[in-house]
Amino acid sequence: MRYLPLTPDDRRAMLATIGAPDVDALFRDVPKSAVVPLSAFNLPDTQGELEVDRAMSKLAARNVAAGAAPFFCGAGAYKHHVPSAVDHLIQRSEFLTSYTPYQPEIAQGTLQYLFEFQTQVALLTGMEVANASLYDGSTATAEAVLMAQRVTKRGKAILSGGLHPHYAETVETVAGLFGPVERTPVTPGSAEDIIALIDDQTACVVVQSPDVFGLIRNLRPIAEAAHAKGALLIAVVTEIVSLGLLEPPGAQGADIVAAEGQSIGNGLNFGGPYVGLFATREKFLRQMPGRLCGETVDAEGRRGFVLTLSTREQHIRREKATSNICTNSGLCTLAFTIHLSLLGEEGLTRLARLNHAKASALADLLAALPGVELVIDAFFNEFTVKLPKPAGPVVDALVQKGVIAGVPASRLLPKDKAAANLLILAATETNTDDDFDALVNALKEAI
Amino acid sequence: MSMNNQGRPSGSGEAFPASIATISGDRGLDHEEGLIFELGHGATGVDLPDVQISDARLGGARRKDAIGLPGLSEPEVIRHYVRLSRKNYAIDSGLYPLGSCTMKHNPRLNEKMARLPGFGDLHPLAPQSTTQGALQVISQLMNWLTTLTGMPAVAMSPKAGAHGELCGLLAIRAAIAARGETRPRILVPESAHGTNPATAAFAGFTVDEVPAKPNGRVDAEALKAKLGPDVAAIMLTNPNTCGLFEGEIVDIARAVHEAGAYFYCDGANFNAIAGKVRPGDLGIDAMHINLHKTFSTPHGGGGPGAGPVVLSERLAAYAPIPLLVAGKDGLRLIENAADAPDGAKPFGRMCAFHGQMGMFTRALTYMLSHGRDGVRQASEDAVLSANYILASLKDVMSAPFGDGPCMHEALFDDRFLEGTGVTTLDFAKAMIDEGYHPMTMYFPLVVHGAMLIEPTESESKHSLDRFIHVLHTLATEAKAKKTERFAGAPHLAPRRRLDETAAARKPVLRWKPDPLKAAAE
Repeated sequence: MRYLPLTPDDRRAMLATIGAPDVDALFRDVPKSAVVPLSAFNLPDTQGELEVDRAMSKLAARNVAAGAAPFFCGAGAYKHHVPSAVDHLIQRSEFLTSYTPYQPEIAQGTLQYLFEFQTQVALLTGMEVANASLYDGSTATAEAVLMAQRVTKRGKAILSGGLHPHYAETVETVAGLFGPVERTPVTPGSAEDIIALIDDQTACVVVQSPDVFGLIRNLRPIAEAAHAKGALLIAVVTEIVSLGLLEPPGAQGADIVAAEGQSIGNGLNFGGPYVGLFATREKFLRQMPGRLCGETVDAEGRRGFVLTLSTREQHIRREKATSNICTNSGLCTLAFTIHLSLLGEEGLTRLARLNHAKASALADLLAALPGVELVIDAFFNEFTVKLPKPAGPVVDALVQKGVIAGVPASRLLPKDKAAANLLILAATETNTDDDFDALVNALKEAI
Repeated sequence: MSMNNQGRPSGSGEAFPASIATISGDRGLDHEEGLIFELGHGATGVDLPDVQISDARLGGARRKDAIGLPGLSEPEVIRHYVRLSRKNYAIDSGLYPLGSCTMKHNPRLNEKMARLPGFGDLHPLAPQSTTQGALQVISQLMNWLTTLTGMPAVAMSPKAGAHGELCGLLAIRAAIAARGETRPRILVPESAHGTNPATAAFAGFTVDEVPAKPNGRVDAEALKAKLGPDVAAIMLTNPNTCGLFEGEIVDIARAVHEAGAYFYCDGANFNAIAGKVRPGDLGIDAMHINLHKTFSTPHGGGGPGAGPVVLSERLAAYAPIPLLVAGKDGLRLIENAADAPDGAKPFGRMCAFHGQMGMFTRALTYMLSHGRDGVRQASEDAVLSANYILASLKDVMSAPFGDGPCMHEALFDDRFLEGTGVTTLDFAKAMIDEGYHPMTMYFPLVVHGAMLIEPTESESKHSLDRFIHVLHTLATEAKAKKTERFAGAPHLAPRRRLDETAAARKPVLRWKPDPLKAAAE
């Protein structure tokens, strides 16, 4: 087996040193009846690299990659162009095959990029501090609600109907153990009366902008209303490129920002691994979940970085930790920080404008089709249209024409009859005029 | 001047002492590197069109202030990160003996497969007819995991080990609620990983610690005495964090089940027994599998991982959405609880989408490469190598639980350092100067000054012998009170010991522009 360096001679010599007759003697603490023969596993035997490559490639070929068709899916994961340098750099052995930087003297590479990452996330979101990442946007949102429950010592969480339904379900699953989680009705494309629900039992209000239908929401009045009742505003961002163009949540009064960072540096990967961004106000620092990297000096007075404030964390604090998270999204944060370094201020703002321009152009084309109605008037790179018939079958019909038309809202909201005809579409810098033509022509025929 | 075993001179050259200050501040291949914020100067690393847009569709929310990101060209960005990378230790550059963390070889085929456009460039909400190959990967991986563990079901969406623990405990919570019971307490051995008690609290349980016996195993009698109608589950790691197999596990499982509780197993150490022992045969109800440990998806400097949870018949119905089912048109993901098949009672959702697909592809590639025989051989080699280290060092270092055998990790304590003035930390940091990453230190908590060494199956005998030679010599020197190399070690790393107290006392968690410089501009 090509990955196992020990030879039969090595094994014999090692057993002799140990003084064991055979390797089974080393498993003598395992109940005899629990050791099963190889034949107990109905699985294949070792294969060479060529055979495995062939088998896996065959499976990959059964999928339609986003880059292989005119493609318009968003709803929490976005297709962007990632510069070649990113994937090259994250595959450097020293990044790819290192552990969590618990030994800072020989992990300054990881620690310094985490420090840079935390700075970038704080700048983008307009917040004071950011952590070294969580798993993804949805789990970051759940952690934000748990943190708000700790900070306010209240249980109730109010979720906007515009919050991605998967995010809402993730929050309900964990935060629901510690207090009631209420969702406002889904009202695609229009404002909602979330402020009326805030009372003095409320720990937090969770609002996504742009929301799952693409609508840009004004967080300011919600922040003011929440603060007046002693509650926190958690702002959720699933398309982080939007902050290259839109006012950051920090400037609108958000107390915690939970975001999905996939769009910068990370591929679609069928849903993971992604990278959860988490930023807040300095006063809540000690209630934050996850790892934090901080600046310090070494014994010779040189600047260096370490994981810090770990008295919040599970390996020190055990059942009193702020979260159980251990492994986070290390390498995905590296991809994020490299891509954002390549973009810089000018690149990110250009990218964001380009995305909005593409989506605007597509919205105009679709709104001009008979029977198609644009239900969102303020959006970044994603919007929702109402079709004259159910969107699910239309999307399936367009697959036959080689177009991946977007995400039917019914896939996320199966119980909501009003969502049946809604189609959520994203357009990014990767979409061409030919893609738009293909979509428009195919859609014309399908409706 | 001394010679090393290749006959080359070791020790610093006399004409240019190691302590000399360089003009640049760099030292040979070790470059000092500023932060990107200090290096940026208004260049760009991308070429994008400068499109102007109207505010008409921005809802009045257009950004007013600049973000503050630095601008660098591609060569500057590449040099920056390459220089940073060289300050890291990695499994590709040396033995990484972190007990409990399992730093094994990461095959590059796995990386290549995960990057095939059909996997890497696939949207999680793309129409399911266009993702059948990806669903096949998940399905095949599920088959490997359930077969290797002897368990009937597996929840694939948890994103790391701790997330898997949470998934398992939420399934247990749901099963207990379905019986109309309330059981608020979870028993956790004091030797457990910190994530176990943290997860129990995260899932709304209280934690009750179970002591260890002098032989490093959980005290089964004490555990049984704590069982009662308020106990929801026990969380046990097996092989445990002392690197030992819990021989009474079947008996413990029986007692737990008789008390109406569930048996959660922390599967962090599954790599010692994979292909040889099926956890399902031991009476386990739920166990997460760290794909980034046992199945070698790269640790990536702290993630991403993946933590699928295998479930027993008693818990299978409560697995969270999404669920994967086979239908007449191929495989289908059930993404909403309302669509769950008969009998399924999903407790909720762990995260958006379907889990760590990028890790699934890598893990399945690893499994297909190894095959069942290779998986078994890997477990045996990991155990053999740990025992070889234990046997080779027990004469100079002190092993708290006797001469073995151990499973896949060898545990030492600090008794051998008594009276030397050298601590576990000093000993471990001296390893850095010798070119090694330290072993896991001060964990498990049940052993004083613990040093937990996990060589994995990825090391050759030559590599193990060299490592043993270094540790043996270090231990011998420490005991002979030749302690210069330990005091203040490491001396030869990119940084000396860092002031962690200062970092925590006055946290600096982000770069900020120098206010004087900003004012001058």
